Amino acid sequence: MLHFSRLKTAVILVITAVGILFAVPNLLPASVLQHLPSWYASSRVTLGLDLQGGSHILLEVDGAALRKERAEQVRDDVRRILREQKIGYTGLSVRDTTVQLRLRDPNDAQNALTQLRTMVTPITNTVLGGATGENDLNVSSGSDGQISVTLTEAGLNARIRSAVDQSIEIIRRRIDQLGTVEPTIQRQGADRILVQVPGLQDPARLKALLGQTAKLSFRMVDQSMSPQQAMDGRAPADSEVLQGADGVPYLVEKQIRVSGEDLVDAQPGFDQTTRQPLVSFRFNSNGARRFATTTQDAVGRPFAIVLDNQVISAPVIREPILGGQGQISGSFTVQQANDLAILLRAGALPAPLKVVEERTVGPSLGQDSIEAGKTAAYVAAGLVAVFMIAVYGLFGTFALIALAVHISLMVALQSMLGATLTLPGIAGFVLTIGMAVDSNVVIFERIRDEAREGRSAIAAIDKGFSFALGTILDANLTSLATAVILFLLGGSGPVRGFAVIYILGLLTTVFTAYTLTRLMIAWWVRWARPAKLPI
Amino acid sequence: MPLIDYIPAQTKIGFMRLRQVSFCLSAALTIIAVVLFGTVGFNLGIDFQGGTLIEAQSTSREADLSALREQLTDSDLGDVQIQEFGSARDVLIRLGRTGADDAAQQAIVQKVGASLGSDFTIRRVETVGPSVSGELVRQSVLALVLGAVVVLIYLWFRFEWQFAVGALVTTAHDIFVTLMIYSVLGLDFDLTSIAAILTIMGYSLNDTVVVYDRIREMLRRYKRMPLPELLDTAVNATFSRTIIVSLTTFLATMALYLFGGEVLRGFSLAMAVGVLIGTYSTIFVAAPILIHLGLRASTVVGKEEAEGEDMAKSGATKGDQRPAKA
Repeated sequence: MLHFSRLKTAVILVITAVGILFAVPNLLPASVLQHLPSWYASSRVTLGLDLQGGSHILLEVDGAALRKERAEQVRDDVRRILREQKIGYTGLSVRDTTVQLRLRDPNDAQNALTQLRTMVTPITNTVLGGATGENDLNVSSGSDGQISVTLTEAGLNARIRSAVDQSIEIIRRRIDQLGTVEPTIQRQGADRILVQVPGLQDPARLKALLGQTAKLSFRMVDQSMSPQQAMDGRAPADSEVLQGADGVPYLVEKQIRVSGEDLVDAQPGFDQTTRQPLVSFRFNSNGARRFATTTQDAVGRPFAIVLDNQVISAPVIREPILGGQGQISGSFTVQQANDLAILLRAGALPAPLKVVEERTVGPSLGQDSIEAGKTAAYVAAGLVAVFMIAVYGLFGTFALIALAVHISLMVALQSMLGATLTLPGIAGFVLTIGMAVDSNVVIFERIRDEAREGRSAIAAIDKGFSFALGTILDANLTSLATAVILFLLGGSGPVRGFAVIYILGLLTTVFTAYTLTRLMIAWWVRWARPAKLPI
Repeated sequence: MPLIDYIPAQTKIGFMRLRQVSFCLSAALTIIAVVLFGTVGFNLGIDFQGGTLIEAQSTSREADLSALREQLTDSDLGDVQIQEFGSARDVLIRLGRTGADDAAQQAIVQKVGASLGSDFTIRRVETVGPSVSGELVRQSVLALVLGAVVVLIYLWFRFEWQFAVGALVTTAHDIFVTLMIYSVLGLDFDLTSIAAILTIMGYSLNDTVVVYDRIREMLRRYKRMPLPELLDTAVNATFSRTIIVSLTTFLATMALYLFGGEVLRGFSLAMAVGVLIGTYSTIFVAAPILIHLGLRASTVVGKEEAEGEDMAKSGATKGDQRPAKA
């Protein structure tokens, strides 16, 4: 066990050297790192959001809202198709995910089914690209001219999937506007999006930006009755009462004259005369045309600018707006105008998103955690060092060198793999400092045993190492099993950071405590030719 | 030379004779633990219960808890708990899951943020919605169960079934006692606690496996030795290792407990207790329980012969029979 081929020795030393080399940039100050090649200087541990400060926000596509919206959309399509085909019907209604109606003339059933089935689209497989054989709608007829159009589960899921994809795009555009570094935006499961933004000054603003659907529409204000009358009695079928940002209700037509999709640009600015913050926007040619027609027809009437079912403002059209440009002036603060411009530029989310999990850590707390973790690590290393030398003397020193290499390797691996160090990760790190000497202790105790049984020093060392190997492997593999499970089920959060450190620690400890220590002791044996064990 | 020799190199302690006492103690602890789970229960953190946690630091030297309490109970936020967190400046505010849905919860958080105003800076906000907390509970239970199953399979594969069962009982014991600490001290039980428990599970097994390895090796070598005596010899032979590793790990957890910051305090306390319990149980539960699981020298040797020469194993190779000590 004490013989090492040249090659083996070289491999062990190279691993050790590389480990130390790639751990070093973590200790260097930024001023030194500047002068180093970037591939080397970038070998630094990535800090988790709980250490560098930042926000971790898990968003979920509001499936219920999406269903409702989709069902209403199908209802409108059904109405349009039947009207176009001049097929009479009654009782068109939405119940959960089914649109129902009754034909006036049951003999129209066949024709109606054929026409309505033109709405049906097959669902394509997002992964393989082919058709899945399933459709997004089921159109069926019952007795007495009953017809129902049902949204299929597969169709809704496909919609949620694509809503997630679109939302990721839009969220990225919104966050990029904040000018933060390296946000991570990724899909999580079927209907969730994980947003991680490091080093944010104002997390509340981020949430406000993410939480808003930002569906903008320009509609006419219905002046046929007052909003109060509409609320008390029955609003016209084509109008609805919406709350205004100023707290006043408005009666607004349901028909959307121009929608936010037709915006090509939005910028914050100031009103020339009042110096109030506002948002100026520009339509694309389609939007400009429609806006022109609308405003030409309605000079002197108020129109409503509606954002997420809230009326931001309802100015009176003084003259036709033909240039495709306009301004939205509410009672904004500068920040609100800024954010609204960001939202409008980035586009509307296809469905509302809700925050289902949030973990935000301020930068000062992160820094405190790092400092505390460092102190704990130094104290732990110091205590273990004193203890090992006190118990094992020279061999204890070997164990400590192995421990130092073990720590370097862990840091180097973590840096090279780009794994994130979290606060629980620091705990795992400190913990492995205590546990890493385990293998050394097993070996040293075994050597002592062998010597006690009457072996010579060299034979005892040799036997000690070979007997200890099985024990070390068994012990570390059982720990590894639990660590891997922790990693697999730890989710994306801090606990996974703990599992990563723990796994790395178990892997490197076998190398340092067993192989490296053995090499050191082999050298020492060759040099000292001990007749008696030093432990 | 070692400077000191605190741990006697060769102990001869009759651990097995104490097994009636240690079994009673362990059984009692486990029963108390189960009773506590049913009565006192756990102080579930927001990870598993949903809700919001806000850590804030006073801009003045000392946080005025009573004023803050008054302010927050005024504003109709449901269940609000306020406590000092580490220092007199830091406070931890816990909001139960009062909001009917996620949006309502967000509104409540905003309200609290507003009432903290300029007297406090918010250092940390964590909100977990009901759907996520449900998933985290399921995932955590799954992690613990899966961990136990995988380890059991591994041990069964590497050792005889008596060892596997013994290790499982021992580990379960350790987990119960650690959970009891969480219950008694009212420590926050959250995701980090699951990490702590799985780590303790790993540590306890590690400890147990080292002793079991030695027991198996001795079973092969000293076929005639009565089991209690053999177990005592094996436990004594590994005793110094058990103590030394427990001590270094314990030192590390204490460093973490004292210096690692407030957030890790619960975790390190649980770890420290777990290490102590793991060490106790290795000696007083894992080894003696083998007597009652019907382990014989023949179980090990019989299997050994059927498998043939066991290579690269820590076990005694055939040519290495040493004279038994008197």
